[in-house]
Amino acid sequence: MGTASTNPNVNYLTEFSGIKSWLFSLDHKRIGLMYMIAILFFFLVGGIMAMLIRLELFSPGPTLFSADTYNQVLTYHGAIMVFMVIVPGIPAILGNFFLPLQIGAADVAFPRLNLASWYVFMFGAILAFTTLFTTKIDTGWTFYTPYSIKTGTAVITIVLAAFIMGMSSILTGLNFIVTTHKLRAPGMSMFDMPLFVWSLYSTAIIQVIATPVLGITLLLLVAERVLGIGIFDPKLGGDPVLFQHFFWFYSHPAVYIMILPAMGIISELISAFSRKTIFGYKAIAFSSLGIAAVSFIVWGHHMFVSGQSEIAGVIFSFITMLVGVPTAIKMFNWLATLYKGSVSFESPMLYALGFLFLFAIGGVTGIMLATLGVDVHFHDTYFVVAHFHYVMVGGTLMAIMGGFYYWFPKMFGKMYNEGLARLTFVLIFIGFNVTFFPQFILGAMGMPRRYFDYIPAYESLNKISTIGSWMIAAGFFLALYVIIRGIISGPKAPANPWGAKTLEWQTSSPPPHFNFDKKPTVTGGPYDY
Amino acid sequence: MTTNHSATAHHHSHHFDSAQHEYESDKEGIWLFMVTEILMFGGLFVAYAIFHQIYPEMFAEGAKQLSWKMGFFNTLVLIASSLTMALGIYYNQINKSNKAFWNLIATLVLAGIFLVVKYFEYASKFETGFLPGKFLNPETVGATSQNLGMYFGLYFCMTGLHGLHVVIGMILISWLAYRTKRGDFNANYYTPVEGVGIFWHIVDLIWIFLFPLLYLVG
Amino acid sequence: MSEHHVMPLKTYFKVAGGLVLLTILTVVFHEMKMGALAGPVAFLIAAVKASLVLLYFMHLKYDNMTNRVIFGSGFFFLILLFAFSYVDIWTRIKSFSTL
Repeated sequence: MGTASTNPNVNYLTEFSGIKSWLFSLDHKRIGLMYMIAILFFFLVGGIMAMLIRLELFSPGPTLFSADTYNQVLTYHGAIMVFMVIVPGIPAILGNFFLPLQIGAADVAFPRLNLASWYVFMFGAILAFTTLFTTKIDTGWTFYTPYSIKTGTAVITIVLAAFIMGMSSILTGLNFIVTTHKLRAPGMSMFDMPLFVWSLYSTAIIQVIATPVLGITLLLLVAERVLGIGIFDPKLGGDPVLFQHFFWFYSHPAVYIMILPAMGIISELISAFSRKTIFGYKAIAFSSLGIAAVSFIVWGHHMFVSGQSEIAGVIFSFITMLVGVPTAIKMFNWLATLYKGSVSFESPMLYALGFLFLFAIGGVTGIMLATLGVDVHFHDTYFVVAHFHYVMVGGTLMAIMGGFYYWFPKMFGKMYNEGLARLTFVLIFIGFNVTFFPQFILGAMGMPRRYFDYIPAYESLNKISTIGSWMIAAGFFLALYVIIRGIISGPKAPANPWGAKTLEWQTSSPPPHFNFDKKPTVTGGPYDY
Repeated sequence: MTTNHSATAHHHSHHFDSAQHEYESDKEGIWLFMVTEILMFGGLFVAYAIFHQIYPEMFAEGAKQLSWKMGFFNTLVLIASSLTMALGIYYNQINKSNKAFWNLIATLVLAGIFLVVKYFEYASKFETGFLPGKFLNPETVGATSQNLGMYFGLYFCMTGLHGLHVVIGMILISWLAYRTKRGDFNANYYTPVEGVGIFWHIVDLIWIFLFPLLYLVG
Repeated sequence: MSEHHVMPLKTYFKVAGGLVLLTILTVVFHEMKMGALAGPVAFLIAAVKASLVLLYFMHLKYDNMTNRVIFGSGFFFLILLFAFSYVDIWTRIKSFSTL
């Protein structure tokens, strides 16, 4: 293995050069970086859409653009953020990079498939972006029938793009499952794996099982538009609610595709920055699997007011409460890990603590919304918007940021400016709460979501929310600067700047082409502090 | 994955411990992929089952329009092709490349026959106006169910997606036949043959359910 | 590699013969016009045929537990999709409204 890595100056970044060495690279680390560049770009586009939405809502009446344009911006914000940023985000970037490193493998099980899934993803993404230049879609990211059958916009193109990106997601998941099963270092049992690996593993199961159902649902929507087969069209004797069943069979588990890897990162961060063995390792590992399992039988809580039967609503409401159990297990274990640990507040840890705070709010409001009677009032109001942004942004994006800062020294072999990194946390954390907390109140006051206009009574809270969005944007741009400056002129990073115990810190920063000079043999657990 | 053209050994990729390790990993990947196939087709089956419950008469009327004899014949064709595919793997396992090659060719021929029969079925449906969805006019075909188009919509979607898999399978089997002829496979290395074989059997498996659902039950 | 299991040639032909017989049986039952039973019977025979293909042609009988669990999970989650969707369809469309 890795003959070149005997020279400490040669690593995966420098061993080969030229654009071809990237585009045809089978190295999981390089593929992870290629995903990072693409997804950062999509995040920028989706983020600009979000800023435009908040600007439009700065004051009542048409502020920036027309209602139709607003619907389009809203749709692209949702579709880009879901299908191109948060779903692929952690698995494709940090998962690709660190799954093999954390289990002491030289690569993922199928490196060629890994590269292929990047190309498939890019093809899907580019296809989706072409609709920006043809007819912009305005269905919302959920493509609900019957409107998505009737609207004259490029639904078929965007739906096929989502199908293709789904294939990429399946291939990544498949790759990760086999990698986790087969490529662990000698001596590492399933219960010696870092918890980030457990969370990626649970995520991969969801990716493989749920995504094909989305695929066929989207193909049926295409068939509906082209052939008018009528299974989702009430005019032809079909059932539009069935579309929602099929759609949420994927899209609810997809919510856990977004949050589970984030939880895995948090487990790593909390343990590393408390200098303490994670509390309840097995409970956290099994709760990841538990969340993955329960995620498949709760989808109906998205449909409480869609006309599904009362009995189905009651069943789904009841089962949804179950999600609270494995989630709370994780929360309590993280808190117990902090207890009596020697906690230090470096920027990754700040993001982890921010996650705990925001995710608690997002999770508890989720239980409120799972309650059938309460949801009938809150459904399709800003309360729901605030809830899922607290989970997706407050949860997943916080974890991504924490993970980036945590693993940055390993990925690039450099350190970033810690002071500025902490400032990004302050801006994003405060900005986030200023943006989204007022939306809970707006929702409780009855402001419906997805509208481009509102009554004057909602104005002051909307203004606060928009101002908060500027703080978030400032925070992310500052973070981009911190990262770029770190890559260009940061001081050299040691192999293990945080004193963490998982395997990726045992190789040099950045790692050699084949990850480890000598295949590691595992004797202790991942959190033996 | 690296391919070694010698008849005795197969080199494994650097990140696996041994060829056996790689073989087992590849196979697990293939099975995971098959799960996605099952769930994708499964979505169609669930839609079929639900609407069959809601409109039993309409589905019975649609099924009557299909020729079960053609479906029956095609079922036998696919069973035979599954057998020849399995033999293609078997002969590669015991180092008889020539026999393996001819079994793969037989699989290709049988798959071709399946598609030809399918073509005649489709053609007769197009002629008589039993088109999918909104293209089916209940008056011209004399249908009693106003939404008979839904049955044929499902029929064309299910058999169409299945047919697409047959075509993909044929491309993959041609590639296997070429590589078998070239002598790439032997008792120690035949992972691609086994993988495509599993895919081909899934195609057969789906047809095993499609045949009674579409042609018989109504 | 002795780990690879090579099945005897005879087994393949026996399984194929069984599949042909079961297919004929399906058609025979179909011609008998059994009414409400026709669906379940046809489905049951299909399930037996599918198991034969899985166990012998696809060698699942000789494969490891992981692969069996992986493949079984596909059907398990499919049943979940059907069951929970059908609870809604049954208590809404079949019981109250007509589409």
